[in-house]
Amino acid sequence: MSEAVREAQKKGRPVIRNVDFGDITYRGYYKQPPSAIVSILHRVSGLGLFLFLPFLLYLFQESLRSEISFAHFAGVVSHPFTKLIILGLSWAYLHHFTAGIRHLFMDNHIALDKDDSQRTARWVLVISLALTVLVALKLFGVF
Amino acid sequence: MAGTPKNVGQRRLVVGAHYGVRDWLAQRVTGIVMAIFTIVLLVSFLGGQNFTYEGWAGLFARQWFKLFTLVTFLGLYYHVWVGVRDIWMDYIKPVGTRLTLMIATVIWLVGCAAWTVQILWSV
Repeated sequence: MSEAVREAQKKGRPVIRNVDFGDITYRGYYKQPPSAIVSILHRVSGLGLFLFLPFLLYLFQESLRSEISFAHFAGVVSHPFTKLIILGLSWAYLHHFTAGIRHLFMDNHIALDKDDSQRTARWVLVISLALTVLVALKLFGVF
Repeated sequence: MAGTPKNVGQRRLVVGAHYGVRDWLAQRVTGIVMAIFTIVLLVSFLGGQNFTYEGWAGLFARQWFKLFTLVTFLGLYYHVWVGVRDIWMDYIKPVGTRLTLMIATVIWLVGCAAWTVQILWSV
């Protein structure tokens, strides 16, 4: 970060200081491009999945241990509140997955320039949200 | 002294990230392993009939699938370590707090790894 800031000062470009959380969110002074949204959501979804690891391992354990625990697992999972949590975690997984695939392409110097990277970021949002809607429909028994 | 690097000797950041490519690469490799596992699991899941205990436990009863699952989860925990450590390094500035969170994360993930072994070999 510091390198880039020093370079900018040398060339006499305007330096924006003290950009706080509110400026990039609810005050909307700085519009975030799709790539920035994908990036922060990658982080949020990763942290969320990490924090819910005990819950996921618990469900995994109940689903495998025995037929009785499986019935218990099925009971827990059929509760609407649990379904909401699972839906949230499904979104987190799907976003993290698709954004991760985008990372792998960019690591291989594919779609690195300004326009392409915004285009792929938009695709990540579209695909992950569409898949999340599918999961939601399945979870709440539409099909 | 002009030209002295800021992060060597006593000024070295004790909770830094090894400044190397190892974890970067590990995060990619484990990510690919998890992606493959996800697809294999989804295919066997969607390929099966109704979601029953017999089908689900039968899948994990197979030795190769147990090992594949374990390797994926161990990769997951390393992946989590790299990612969560980056989050602590970006947002938690006091060294003591950061180190505490890092240690807690490692202990927690090692515990999760042991738990995963227990779950997988209970079936």
